[in-house]
Amino acid sequence: MIDLLFHLSVLLFLPPLLLGVINKTKAWFAGRTGPSVFQPYYDLSKLMRRGLVLSATTTWVFRAGPLVALATALLAGLLIPFGGLNAPISFTGDLILFAYLFGLARFFTTSAALDTGSAFEGMGAAREVTFACLSEPALFFALLVLAKVSGSLTLATLLHAPAGALSANVAAPLVLIAIGLFIVLLAETCRIPVDDPNTHLELTMIHEAMVLDHSGPLFGTILYSSAVKLLVLGSLLLHVIAPFEFDQPWLNGPLYILEILGLAAVVGVVESVMARLQMRHVPYLLVGALLFCGFGFILLIR
Amino acid sequence: MFLDLVLLALFLSAFSGLPGLFFPRRSSGGERVAAALMGVAALLGLAGAVGAALGWDGPAVRVFPWFAVGTPEVGLDALSAFFLVPVFLMGGLGPLYGLGYWPQRQHPSNGQRLRLFWGLTIAGMALVVVSRHALALLLGWETMALSAYFLITAEGHRPESRQAGWIYLIATHMGTLALFALFALWQRATGSYVLQPAASSALSLGLLNLLFVLALFGFGVKAGVMPLHFWLPGAHANAPSHVSALMSGVVLKMGIYGIVRWLSLLPDPPSAWGGLVLTLGAVSGLLGVVFAIGQHDLKRLLAYHSVENIGIILMGLGVALLGRSTHRPDWVALGLAGCLLHVWNHSFFKSLLFLCAGSVVHATRTRQLDRLGGLAKAMPWTSACFLVGAVAICGLPPLNGFVSEWLVYLGMFRGAVAPGTASGAVFGIPVLAMIGALAVACFVKVFGTVFLGEPRTGAAERAHEAPLTMRLPMLALAGCCVLIGLAPVLVVPFLDSAIACWNATGGAPAESVARLAPLAVIGILAISLTLCVAGFWAFFARRAEVPRRGITWDCGYARPTPRMQYTATSFAQMIVVLFGSVLNPHTHRPRVHGLFPARARLQSHVDDAVLDRVLLPLGSRIEESFNWFHRFQRGLTQHYVLYILIALLLLLGSMFPFKTFIEHWFAR
Repeated sequence: MIDLLFHLSVLLFLPPLLLGVINKTKAWFAGRTGPSVFQPYYDLSKLMRRGLVLSATTTWVFRAGPLVALATALLAGLLIPFGGLNAPISFTGDLILFAYLFGLARFFTTSAALDTGSAFEGMGAAREVTFACLSEPALFFALLVLAKVSGSLTLATLLHAPAGALSANVAAPLVLIAIGLFIVLLAETCRIPVDDPNTHLELTMIHEAMVLDHSGPLFGTILYSSAVKLLVLGSLLLHVIAPFEFDQPWLNGPLYILEILGLAAVVGVVESVMARLQMRHVPYLLVGALLFCGFGFILLIR
Repeated sequence: MFLDLVLLALFLSAFSGLPGLFFPRRSSGGERVAAALMGVAALLGLAGAVGAALGWDGPAVRVFPWFAVGTPEVGLDALSAFFLVPVFLMGGLGPLYGLGYWPQRQHPSNGQRLRLFWGLTIAGMALVVVSRHALALLLGWETMALSAYFLITAEGHRPESRQAGWIYLIATHMGTLALFALFALWQRATGSYVLQPAASSALSLGLLNLLFVLALFGFGVKAGVMPLHFWLPGAHANAPSHVSALMSGVVLKMGIYGIVRWLSLLPDPPSAWGGLVLTLGAVSGLLGVVFAIGQHDLKRLLAYHSVENIGIILMGLGVALLGRSTHRPDWVALGLAGCLLHVWNHSFFKSLLFLCAGSVVHATRTRQLDRLGGLAKAMPWTSACFLVGAVAICGLPPLNGFVSEWLVYLGMFRGAVAPGTASGAVFGIPVLAMIGALAVACFVKVFGTVFLGEPRTGAAERAHEAPLTMRLPMLALAGCCVLIGLAPVLVVPFLDSAIACWNATGGAPAESVARLAPLAVIGILAISLTLCVAGFWAFFARRAEVPRRGITWDCGYARPTPRMQYTATSFAQMIVVLFGSVLNPHTHRPRVHGLFPARARLQSHVDDAVLDRVLLPLGSRIEESFNWFHRFQRGLTQHYVLYILIALLLLLGSMFPFKTFIEHWFAR
């Protein structure tokens, strides 16, 4: 029961903090003070109180987009175990549902973008669906490696520290898929080097370009659900790169929060030290991720 | 008793078009009679199929009244019943749709013909599914194939339609030829044409392999497996839309039925078969969706998606075959469940999508994606139905496509986690993931360009909603998609009995799908996801004040026009470039020069890999190599008379006593 409450409160309240930590890290690298780490909470509460402007071109699909994205992100968050704790929902084959929920969100957010009839948003949507064609197989290769290592088709048992994780046989594939998953994380959450969440140069963006016309509460929903997505995919990655668990169960929660904040800081570091890739080079990066995960699997079954 | 119901439905649908022939050409009486007869036939057939599939009645066998080939039997087992459901569902809904889409008043020249052959196609398919005798199966097969030709060429006055019809006819007869060989071999090997599982010692491995390859080819042409799919895009695009829906949703499934049924007859499949079927499925799936993305024509695009979905179906079948070779009942159950459920699902959502495409064509008179746009406002029902179909075909939760793809995934993942075994099926997993992502890209493109945004042409601006007779079938099919998505446990008994039926020769007892895959949980989660979105919607609708309306902001551009929207072509461009080596896209770029250049048009298209790049060039190469023959074939009657004369002289000359002639003159 405590576990469930902890899981729900982390899922609902922690995500904006990750954005704050990323921004703080970037500010620190740039030598600025930067906004408070709680700034995203203030932004969200302000957006939720603002009015809504809708384009006369749009239909109900435009409004459904952010809501579907939020619902799927939250459901995915219920499927994934946070650190050493168990996930609230867990059944055989939940890893497939987990991956496909992001597909559903993508369908509706890109449709909402096309609903405005704007060329910029069309560009963003086209990029989003194209890059997903490369990151989805990479994600599935990574899940395949984890399933093979653990011999289970349930995210909960699949992700808990595999017994022989440190044997040479398993460690090498895990390192490879960790790299692949990190790239997928950066691409799916629209971070540098794939996308820059800060610029407003429409021709070069993916996610920000898709949401140009969303305003007020709808835009707040989008910001919040992308933060939830960062938390969910980050938790998946953490299981691969930091599969530590304490013997005392009550320590696992704080440990997990420290880890995920650390991961946010790492994302901030990557954003600070790298430039965004040219749009035509992004597929190479994603193919790279696909190859990392694929080689990881081949190493495992050789 | 259920078999009698099905046979009654079969004869009723075969004759459903006949009364219409006696009505005047412009009266709507005939079409109503045909629709009513088909509706009754569909209800009877569905009742029979459902009853038999749920096993309320033991397996039944009757003699089919075609005494020329002895006493061919028809029977109804769970597998047949499973495939009868889409046949009769679409068979009943199509004529209802046709009342609004293809009214006799507007199509006096071909309406009667269309309904006559519609009924015959349905009857042919029903016969294929229930026959237990190879020749009866062949009778049904040819009835279906030939009637479908007349359905495709309903608009025979258009050259594209005629050409598509010819290509279809050639392709289907290639398949039939393979079936002739298959049945002849079967008769030699087993001693009769009866379709009963062969004993495992009766057939040598070479013969088994030959039978398998012939079945895969003969039925695969009809199913539209990737290298044999070449007839499919043209035929589906140029037929009337409810015919396309029938062809794509149901007729293709007869090919799948053939393969599935035949595999249940052949004992001890080598594991190479499963590998081959799985590979073919993966290739069809991936290339089908990639080619779909390159299309500009709404119905051609949907046709390529059929190739993709047949690929997914075959992947499931491949997993099941591998399971049978390696004696893993769980792979058999999951793979075959995915395969069969996808057969149903595809027949629901693909028919739905084609019917929606038909409403779009009905409302705008064009199939070109880049000439449409903004139809969601004028056609709310059609766009909602299309959205359901699109989400379902992408295999996304909470609809039915996800359930079947999930079963196929589970089957393949089982190969990965099974201790001690390594199954090549695991490489299907990332392929299926990529197919899913590409399908999302493709259907966002279609839904976005056709239904969202601003109308791109006047025709799209003047669009109107489809009449009730067209909306009802769409809503029924959309309802099926939602029902299976939200309550997948409902299909478990159908799947279990069909799997047990297929597995009867396998030896190992079949496992229950519900035990291997928690379908109930999937259903609960799908319902809660839907409720969750609905709850958010209600929450936002209640608390947000009435939103202000304006033009699309678009970073402050003050005068957006419909021409500035992203088109389907530009949406797909990155993926087309990414897969350029397979798609080989052609762009005709006009050369623009001078200060005031003349009007120019830019065109781009993606041709079919097999038809346009292999078969047609090969055909014209063969034709060229026989060019010399044209010297003799000039079309002049005088020449032909001369040829006849020469032939006669030669024939007469053969009677001439050369030997005595020569002896008489030279050898004296």
